Amino acid sequence: MSTKTIVHTTINGDPVEFLCEPRQSLLEVLRETLLLTGTKEGCNNGNCGACNVIMDGVLVNSCLVLGVEAEDATITTIEGLASPDGLHPLQQTFLEHAALQCGICTPGFLLSAKALLDRNPDPTETEVRYWLAGNLCRCTGYDKIVRAVLDAADRRDRVTR
Amino acid sequence: MAMKENGHKNGYRVIGTRPIRPDGVDKVTGRAVFGADLHLPGLLYGKVLRSPHAHARILSIDTSAAEALPGVKAVITAADLPQVADKVKSLGESVGNLRYMSENTLAREKALYHGHPIAAVAAENIHVAEEAVNLIEVEYEPLPVVLDGREAMQPGAPILIQGLRTDELGKLGSEPTNVAAHIQHKRGDVEAGFAEADVIIEREFRTETVHQGYIEPQNGVALWNDDGHIHIWCSTQGAFAVRSQISDLLRAPISQVTVTPLEIGGAFGGKINVYLEPLAALLSRKAGHRPVKMTMTRAEVLKASGPTSGSWIRVRMGAKKDGRITAAQAELVYEAGGFPGSPVGAGAGVILAPYRLDNLQIDGYDVLVNRPKASAYRAPGGTNAAYAAEAVADELAEALGMDPIDFRLINAVKEGDRRADGPMLPRIGYIETLQAIKNHPHYRQPLEGPHRGRGVAVGFWFNWGGKSSVSASVNEDGTVNLVEGSTDIGGSRASIAMQLAETLGIAAEDVHPQVVGTDLVGYNDVTGGSRTTYGTGYAVHALGVKLNEIMRELAADLWDVDVEEVRVEGGVFSAGDRSITFKELVAQGSDTPITASAATHPKDAGPAFAVHCVDVEVDPETGKVTILRYTAAQDVGTAIHPSYVEGQIQGAVAQGVGWGLNEEYIYDEEGHLLNASLLDYRMPTAPDLPMIDAVLVEEAPTPGHPFGVRGVGEVSIIPPPAALANAIHRATGVRMTALPMSPSRVMKAMIEH
Amino acid sequence: MQAFDYARVSTVDEAVRLLAARNGDARVLSGGTDLLVALREGRDSAGLVVDVKGVPELMEMFFDRGGGLMLGAAVPCQRMYSDEPIAQAFPGLMDAASLIGGVQVQGRASFGGNLCNASPAADSIPALIVHKATAVIAGPGGRREVPVEEVCVAPGRTQLQPGELLVQLRIPAPEPRFGAAYQRFTPRNEMDIAVVGVGAAVRLNADGDHFEWARIALGAVAPTPLLAAEAGDALAGKAVSEAAIEEAARMAQAAASPITDMSGTAEFRRRLVGVLTRRTLVAAIERARRAGTHWNADLR
Repeated sequence: MSTKTIVHTTINGDPVEFLCEPRQSLLEVLRETLLLTGTKEGCNNGNCGACNVIMDGVLVNSCLVLGVEAEDATITTIEGLASPDGLHPLQQTFLEHAALQCGICTPGFLLSAKALLDRNPDPTETEVRYWLAGNLCRCTGYDKIVRAVLDAADRRDRVTR
Repeated sequence: MAMKENGHKNGYRVIGTRPIRPDGVDKVTGRAVFGADLHLPGLLYGKVLRSPHAHARILSIDTSAAEALPGVKAVITAADLPQVADKVKSLGESVGNLRYMSENTLAREKALYHGHPIAAVAAENIHVAEEAVNLIEVEYEPLPVVLDGREAMQPGAPILIQGLRTDELGKLGSEPTNVAAHIQHKRGDVEAGFAEADVIIEREFRTETVHQGYIEPQNGVALWNDDGHIHIWCSTQGAFAVRSQISDLLRAPISQVTVTPLEIGGAFGGKINVYLEPLAALLSRKAGHRPVKMTMTRAEVLKASGPTSGSWIRVRMGAKKDGRITAAQAELVYEAGGFPGSPVGAGAGVILAPYRLDNLQIDGYDVLVNRPKASAYRAPGGTNAAYAAEAVADELAEALGMDPIDFRLINAVKEGDRRADGPMLPRIGYIETLQAIKNHPHYRQPLEGPHRGRGVAVGFWFNWGGKSSVSASVNEDGTVNLVEGSTDIGGSRASIAMQLAETLGIAAEDVHPQVVGTDLVGYNDVTGGSRTTYGTGYAVHALGVKLNEIMRELAADLWDVDVEEVRVEGGVFSAGDRSITFKELVAQGSDTPITASAATHPKDAGPAFAVHCVDVEVDPETGKVTILRYTAAQDVGTAIHPSYVEGQIQGAVAQGVGWGLNEEYIYDEEGHLLNASLLDYRMPTAPDLPMIDAVLVEEAPTPGHPFGVRGVGEVSIIPPPAALANAIHRATGVRMTALPMSPSRVMKAMIEH
Repeated sequence: MQAFDYARVSTVDEAVRLLAARNGDARVLSGGTDLLVALREGRDSAGLVVDVKGVPELMEMFFDRGGGLMLGAAVPCQRMYSDEPIAQAFPGLMDAASLIGGVQVQGRASFGGNLCNASPAADSIPALIVHKATAVIAGPGGRREVPVEEVCVAPGRTQLQPGELLVQLRIPAPEPRFGAAYQRFTPRNEMDIAVVGVGAAVRLNADGDHFEWARIALGAVAPTPLLAAEAGDALAGKAVSEAAIEEAARMAQAAASPITDMSGTAEFRRRLVGVLTRRTLVAAIERARRAGTHWNADLR
């Protein structure tokens, strides 16, 4: 067992310090050390997107990031998506469109969709589908997920206009 | 997508509306606790050692180095697992022999597939557990491997289980074999029927092993307490099925086993059998009664949790010029994996089910091969079967110059007809579903453009009622707490709560459903067989009726009238000119708490039919199939929450498309699974699919169900590969007779054409 | 996962010193999208993981029309296609940058990492080769620059020696009437490994009807990504025509030595080389002719 390192991060707005071995992924640290279990493990090799978090403004698979790499990083997990005022528009449209069935892929899809809308507030259906390609869902056939993302974009449009 | 708001239809107030699901907020905020999310004080982490060989005799296992590794708390092998005798065990969706289930949990004398569990370790963290697993030394004697079902049937094929004898139409064979069973359905005179036919089509088909592909890997936490009580927390389709398996496999009294189901990240039939839970329990006991968490890696999920069978199927059908089918014959060989129990029985029931037949013969074979033991996968066995039958039906229609929907209408089964496997059909909506596609704008609009084609196919599924227990208590504010035991995989808490709300005449939001474990509710069968909204819905209706009886008595007391005088309708209690709502009545107070429970076992779940239409474009240079448009009509009885009914159909279509186009287990000659990752096992991604138009056909409410509910979860996985094959044929002229219809295979077929 | 040590470095010299001291036991971590999976699955091992994302030189991109593109070896794909001038100047590189994994992977994965991973099916390498890219490699003895097509020597192996570090990729500025494209064939539309990948680059004459030169590179049809030099050279001086493209496609097929594996048969791959060579040449010609035409960012 190699030496543990202390890592300083900001997670969902709060300063967080944790101890980890170099071989521990950010995913493992979030789930097993910090008990932020909203981030899910589906494949542990970057092919399903269930573990998506936003790190320093970039959408990443937390299974492909070492915990020690998070030094000084600012991280948003699913637990930080809603604000004290209420759900994020994507969370709301996912509920209204029944865009989840089992819900295991949902946190990853929400963070991925947030990263898309932050970058491209008015995506086409094709753009949504390609952006979400790294997030696998086995329940919905993606139909309602894509609609929920497009609807959230529409609603944000209406608010900002 | 049918977005029409169909609440209030048939006078319903709640049924047919689209409320937000009760567990929704927890699932979009990350708060929902799934199986792998549980943390307990003193938690240890378990890991399984798996066979690197597809078929090998286990000569010795040395665990001493693993045990000596610091941080390791327990190591187990099959020697730690009680010996269990042969006993047939039903788990609702599947039937298995207990001894085989035990040997699939941990191999005893032989490993029968790549990934077969050999031993397991519990340690302070997962990395130490992994290191310890690598220190276990196993001496194997590799044995010849057989991967293909028809090869496994040949004389001289390697025998997987020496003691196995064929169950030959109910009689036991005398020789060692890989054929666990031969089943048969027969009616009329097949040869006479074929003699009558003007056209006969006969083809052979091959389908590959595919996996359910749920995104959440198998998981389980177990605490085997000092007092002998075993507590399991896991993601499962049925807590009671886990309880009974744990009790049987570990030979523990059922009263000593508690199973608490946590949220489940998809299952599709694959989370009925236990894999990790008994190992975690044994490790917990050996590690000094500390809780042990085990989760599979994705590679382990693909290698060793139940996929569904690959198969070989031959279908022969004959018809008159007028389109009437005169005879049909099918032979199905399904690969069970290392132990008996493929879904060939269901496949044999499905394969000719949509057709009215006087002359038929169906033979099915359950065959062992060196692949993981098959488990249920959404309408188990149905997709393979329909792929074969629907392609032959399509070819027959083409040979007769008939529209494929008209051909099916001419031969469609209806109420009163007998299914191929015997039972009489009740009122079904199959013909209405065929007509829904025939009249759909998609089907009416001709498909234009080169390399494009349209295909249709139909599917039948049995559906199931099953046993359910529920209870409820009425809160002082007139809301209702509902306790159920049916795992909610895709929104069933909503559809169950809505049926209770409808029965009580209150709002859906006023029912608070909760899924609880085996100590807190009466027995419930698994969520499977498309049963939950039907069967547990049936139970909450009975529960609502009981609550209404109590409420009538309250009203009678309030008004000082005879209870017979109190009528209830839509949540309003009345007698003479006096009336009061459910909530108002509760507010009047009750001397005794208002609670009730119900347990039901409805046996007449109506079967489901689906009719699908798909347009494809095939790249003539690469063989790649692009889906342009997909419409799926389904006989749904009554849609309780239409969004989640559509979701079941859309999800089933996506799985069927994956099965049809790209998903397959790829083995080398020694039986090593080569593509055990979500990169190489190619499930559809968002850009691989178009929107999927789900057409809900509500013309035939299921008789006997208070709201006419028909199970909707499974049948739409059945038609997609066949519909795609028929579309590819229209686009290219090629008949694809093997799944998956991946680009390289389609290209090869086009070149050879 | 096996245990290892972790060091985060901030200069190339520091990285080289650490790598050299560990004599082959150290691995470079940039995006980690290949390395961490390989370590986790036991396909690779390491005593030390050296994180180079703190080295400014590896994380920077510079582009000017004179000197071309200097691409830090650890710059993530997403930063490449998010940089408007660079994305517009090198649509043929962006084709590859937008295909490597999903967006989650593109936020971390780099062309440098893709090159060092040395997969025969790597998407970025054929694209880099046809752009005449070179690799700047730092080692204990100083720096050297080699053409990208010479970097990979076998599946998973490069010519980099223990102690050496890929610092930068240099891509010449696009010449006038230059166009390039990369396409791959995969069963799924995204999240897949190339069954075959083909990069093509052309420079046309002033009238846009003759090739001045062309380069074609192939992925997943040889032990390493392959420059099909003869196929490209044969186009030089020829009129742009279906026949010329067809001939180049045939020569590319001849240059390929595909194998049969679970991703496809040798026969299917050879066919795809022809198909994709034609398609990428047509796309490259189109781009060369439409001066000022940008990489179509509509999917990102």
